[in-house]
Amino acid sequence: MSTTEPTEESVRAEVSAWLKAHWNPDYGLVEWREKLCESGWGAPHWPKEWYGRDLPVKFNAIVDEEFAKVGAVGVAKAGIRTLAAATILAHGTDLHKQKFLKRILTGEDTWCQLFSEPGSGSDMAGAVTRADKRGNKWVINGQKVWTTSAHKAHWGLLLARANWDVAKHKGLAYFVLDMKQPGVQVHPLKQMNGHASFNQVFFTDAEVEPEMMICDVGDGWTVATTTLMHERRGADGLRSWATPSDAKGRIYDEERAEIATVMEPYKWYPQRAGRVDLVMQRAKETGKINDPVIRQEIAKLLIMSKSAEWTARRARAAQNQGKPQGPEGSLGKLVASHVARQAARVHTYITGADALLSGEDSPMNGVIAEILVSVPASSIAGGTDEIQRNIISERVLKMPRETSVDTNKPFKDVPRNIVSSS
Amino acid sequence: MRFSFSEEQEEFRATVRRALEARSPTKEVRRLMATDAGFEREGWQKLNQELGLTALHIPEAYGGGGFGYSELGIVLEEMGRGLLCAPYFSTAALATTAILNAGTEEQKKALLPGLAEGSVTATLAFAEEGGSSDPASIELAASPSGATWRLDGTKSFVLDGHTADLVVVVARRPGSHGEDGLSLFTVDGNASGLVRRKLKTMDETRKLAHLTFKSVEARLLGSEGAGAAAFAKTMQQALICLANEMVGSAERLREDALEYVKMRMQFGRSIASFQTTKNKAADMLVDVELAKSAAYYAAAALDEGDEDIAALASLAKASAAEACVQTAVHAVQMHGGIGFTWDNDTHLWFKRAKSSEILFGDANEHREKMMQAWKI
Repeated sequence: MSTTEPTEESVRAEVSAWLKAHWNPDYGLVEWREKLCESGWGAPHWPKEWYGRDLPVKFNAIVDEEFAKVGAVGVAKAGIRTLAAATILAHGTDLHKQKFLKRILTGEDTWCQLFSEPGSGSDMAGAVTRADKRGNKWVINGQKVWTTSAHKAHWGLLLARANWDVAKHKGLAYFVLDMKQPGVQVHPLKQMNGHASFNQVFFTDAEVEPEMMICDVGDGWTVATTTLMHERRGADGLRSWATPSDAKGRIYDEERAEIATVMEPYKWYPQRAGRVDLVMQRAKETGKINDPVIRQEIAKLLIMSKSAEWTARRARAAQNQGKPQGPEGSLGKLVASHVARQAARVHTYITGADALLSGEDSPMNGVIAEILVSVPASSIAGGTDEIQRNIISERVLKMPRETSVDTNKPFKDVPRNIVSSS
Repeated sequence: MRFSFSEEQEEFRATVRRALEARSPTKEVRRLMATDAGFEREGWQKLNQELGLTALHIPEAYGGGGFGYSELGIVLEEMGRGLLCAPYFSTAALATTAILNAGTEEQKKALLPGLAEGSVTATLAFAEEGGSSDPASIELAASPSGATWRLDGTKSFVLDGHTADLVVVVARRPGSHGEDGLSLFTVDGNASGLVRRKLKTMDETRKLAHLTFKSVEARLLGSEGAGAAAFAKTMQQALICLANEMVGSAERLREDALEYVKMRMQFGRSIASFQTTKNKAADMLVDVELAKSAAYYAAAALDEGDEDIAALASLAKASAAEACVQTAVHAVQMHGGIGFTWDNDTHLWFKRAKSSEILFGDANEHREKMMQAWKI
């Protein structure tokens, strides 16, 4: 076995030789992905003993390039499953790894994340879903919300409270929960834009085997932090917005079907971001481009959106130079919601009375209307603007935290929302 | 496109910052801004020569440093931060740039070494009554007189115009209109027939003058009637310089306000622990960083000869104007009552923010210019 350090060239040569010998579009999707698991080329940055090749994550892009060259399909990358994998790799036992990792990569299992609750959104560590030990099982009661793809998921990453006598962050436990059991009920949650991309999940005496707890009671918050960190980082490049290939063949058909299912909840996300790309076209076709007031608003939007892009480029350039992260790296989320809001304002000005309409009666068959009622999500989802500002002020500007009233007493004594279960 | 500064550039910034902190504490700013000249020649020459500031973007062939607008931008950002009282913007960003754009080889060889060395201060006079930067608004008349020219008319809002040794003047051939018939001229600061009056300015750190020309002898800079293009280019470069200066001022305002709220106790706790203060501070950081990105991008684009420079210059100016003024307003607010006093330094930068907002056209004007440059 060679002990030489892998290089870009060596990795490229190795993967392309392997693909030449093995890739065949006549495979079934799962059948092919099992080969990827055996060879480690599906997740090359994972450990050798768990379907990877121990390669530094920077080589993933090269592997992807070689796959793209021959049109080879990769492992299942979209959805919550990659967050599950990253969390299990970091904290799971061998049992967890054996049971879950391969079926994540092959796409046989889908996952969901059971963190947010009606009573704890920004304050996620305030979860009140109960985990009680009864006999040899954990019994789960409570409610989760904003759960993407819960209706399809086989497994859920669950944060629940197992000890009420200790402080908020100390009493949480993290479980892998079987979603296909009688104690779990999933109901779609209809949003103000008419879509139902998320679910409410109700637990009534749902059961978890004790070995399906990750780490111990009290470690739940730490494990959840790992999941959230990978969510923000895009699970080290493994997780991606899947784009289907248009090639012909059985394996491509199967992949297209998989992607269509996984991406379904996200189809309005471009509208949520404000669709800056549509502004010029719309301003020209409506003639509003000649209105000096609207021109000013369009210009403000373009300046903001260009500057946001350049700020992100500055952050990336500094990172590539190995400089410590500057303030410019912490602003993206907040800036994106400013851009989305200004874009919605501009679309409204451009559209005029037609903005009163929706669906096929409205411009672009409802796309503009969908922007106007989807943008409010951008300043809430994934951390509200207010939470982003707190993070910036505390971590970047080193301003003091507000006095905490909930972290230094038993959680059972902390005032909290009363959630009615239906 | 370059999106980060090199190590050399960062070191250069640190050197300039240290020098300005040592030479131009606010006590010194307050002393100099109260003088008629607005600066002291001897001290300025010494600092300039130590750091090679006016030489920076002059090519080495003319006695300069051969650097670009990114380096000039660094100096201006630091000056916006330190509020140095010196005729730097007028000499380097305006007059030198105009000579580089318009001058003949011979003229550059004659004029630039003195500017590079710092023995000569200079400015560009283009605006007239009303202060517009629109070339069509220029009326000052230039008439040939033997080998030289004679200028008649007025210029106003001339940066350091009352002290400049050399004045570059944008003037027009009598009877011409719009961008036609414009030329650039050089005039001695103490030429006969030139009456210079210092204007009373809201921002005392930025001196402006009103100039009256009565048959003042002038030398043509470059070729007659070809001034519009050189002037337009000079203004684009000056806008990018100003945007970089403004983000320096904005950063200083932001940092000082942050430092103050961390110190200030009310209701038994630091006011920096109140979310309303923290949210404002976070918003200020966003404003300043976005404006920095635009200012840095525009300076780098100048150095790379980007064809989009007219739009980028206006974009950077509009962005910096909004950010700097908004930051100044927040900074006074975060200081509370003391922020409204003369003794507190915040008003020095607040006024600079206001004067920079308006100088060379406000954000509304430049947003429209940007759209037009993009043919929107």
